[in-house]
Amino acid sequence: MTLKEIIEKLDLTVYNDVNGDTEISSAYASDLLSDVMGNAKSGQLWITMQTHKNVAAIAALKDVPAIILVKNNAPDEDMLAFAKDEDIAVLSSKQASFEVCGKLYELIK
Amino acid sequence: MHYTFDIEEGNFTNAGQASGNIKKTLKQLNVNPASIKRIVVALYEAEINAVAHAYGGKIDVDIDSDKITMVVADRGPGIPNIDLAMTEGYSTASKEVREMGFGAGMGLPNIKSNTDQLDIQTQLGVGTTITMTVFF
Ligand SMILES: Nc1ncnc2c1ncn2[C@@H]1O[C@H](COP(=O)(O)OP(=O)(O)OP(=O)(O)O)[C@@H](O)[C@H]1O
Ligand SMILES: [Mg+2]
Repeated sequence: MTLKEIIEKLDLTVYNDVNGDTEISSAYASDLLSDVMGNAKSGQLWITMQTHKNVAAIAALKDVPAIILVKNNAPDEDMLAFAKDEDIAVLSSKQASFEVCGKLYELIK
Repeated sequence: MHYTFDIEEGNFTNAGQASGNIKKTLKQLNVNPASIKRIVVALYEAEINAVAHAYGGKIDVDIDSDKITMVVADRGPGIPNIDLAMTEGYSTASKEVREMGFGAGMGLPNIKSNTDQLDIQTQLGVGTTITMTVFF
């Protein structure tokens, strides 16, 4: 499914210019950065409540094209700036991880 | 080719710069993507540990035709028990560091599984030097 469709279907807030055509077929949900570092796969969307710059840095290193911040969290300014430079979509949902994961799973499983 | 980077004490904001830099360089050199993935994981984790658990330090990277060698040398406090530190889930990270999502005790295990050779030299009160090699 394309990122654009996911943004619409999950009613996500979009914080930067995103490439809506990016195909997303899988995601990884974790707030533990070393867990993401060790286990996320390139191309996966990342669901987290962490909002600081290291999140964008890790996404860039792992080739994660998009991040969904849960519970209406907004990215820190430096996280957003870094994500913009690296073309990583920063998105936000009003809902918590459980709902975001459940809905996304239904969409792309 | 030789590259050096400074690691500033307590500066999480710039952590990952060396790994990002090396990733771009390796891409330009057409190193295979699977090796690049392992290299950036190992280097990032070592870099973060020098920020989170030590007082900063220095990174030396050498890229040869068939391998990369990364040496992360920090300025203390050293690791009292390396076997314990290598155990998945073991962490002495502070509350502040944990709130950022670090402190799962997975960094050193990640380094181990993403390198072909790993050597850790540590001296209490002096510092820790981690030497990591990945063959392309
Ligand atoms: N450079 C270092 N200097 C001193 N102690 C260290 C250093 N690196 C690791 N340690 C010790 O080893 C423990 C385990 O390190 P490891 O990287 O596996 O986990 P962590 O950094 O605590 O959490 P995570 O990496 O999952 O965010 C640390 O909590 C710390 O006690
Ligand atoms: Mg660590």
